[in-house]
Amino acid sequence: MPVKEEKIEVEGEVVEALPSTMFRIQVDGGHEVLATISGKMRKNYIRILPGDRVKVELSAYDLSRGRITYRYR
Amino acid sequence: MIVRKSPAEIAQMGRAGRVVRETLALLAENIRPGVTTAELDAIADEFIHAQGGFPTFKGYRGYPASICASPNDMVVHGIPGPYALAEGDILSVDVGVTLGGFVADSAFTYPVGEISPEAERLLEVGQQALEAGIEQCRPGNRLSDISHAVQVVTEDAGFSVVRSLVGHGVGRAMHEDPQIPNFGAPGRGPLLAEGMTFAIEPMITAGGPDVMVHDDEWSISTSDGSLAAHFEHTVAITETGPQILTAEAVLLR
Repeated sequence: MPVKEEKIEVEGEVVEALPSTMFRIQVDGGHEVLATISGKMRKNYIRILPGDRVKVELSAYDLSRGRITYRYR
Repeated sequence: MIVRKSPAEIAQMGRAGRVVRETLALLAENIRPGVTTAELDAIADEFIHAQGGFPTFKGYRGYPASICASPNDMVVHGIPGPYALAEGDILSVDVGVTLGGFVADSAFTYPVGEISPEAERLLEVGQQALEAGIEQCRPGNRLSDISHAVQVVTEDAGFSVVRSLVGHGVGRAMHEDPQIPNFGAPGRGPLLAEGMTFAIEPMITAGGPDVMVHDDEWSISTSDGSLAAHFEHTVAITETGPQILTAEAVLLR
């Protein structure tokens, strides 16, 4: 039975909103990440705008791509 | 931390591996149009217990059955149920057995009756990808050499590698360190050494690599609806190379 790959959670600020609901995020570590919105957030119509502070889930095997899982107030 | 096993422990895993192999062979005999995945699960469950073993998946993190049965565009973790196999389907079956305190894990994707040439090619490439990964299981290689080999074989054939699900170390527990992805650059990760025991499991699709989880919170299918194949063996790394604990012939080179 396979295992879900390990995810790394980071925080950052949304720098740019791109077409097709992808976002460029400046992660607290310094590097930039290209991220999509998680399905749960889409379902609840949570909007993300540049300047928002968000929690991002990164794949352990590709640190340049992620999924936005939470937007802070 | 990657736990290495002694020859005696590997031998015990081999005994569990034999039960896994025989269970998969028994299921292969019973896979035909009209059979439900629940029936296959019952057959496997009975057989494993008759061998004195225990189906590792049952109750694992709440999983309700003894095997995973994933048809067509389902990649893994299909919960056996009333789904009746149809001519032309492909069915991925994953079996885990605990025997004598050790776990062995293996999977195979079977054709149901006559299948399309493209599906046949997917199955062939999946097995080749697994073999290529197993070939890398030698002392002195690095973990990602396995991952890279699987990826190259799969993508050269025009198929995709599922990225969010990975193989794993196996031994006294089903999931041990390390995580073994099916893609990546070679030459990275821990050095492979004698005594390491891995469950190597390429999951490949005829379309893209993305997958989604169903509402039952277990079964995982391709996002684009393309066919998916899954092949897995439990492998021990020996001084001279890989020893497949869930296969007929002991492969030692």
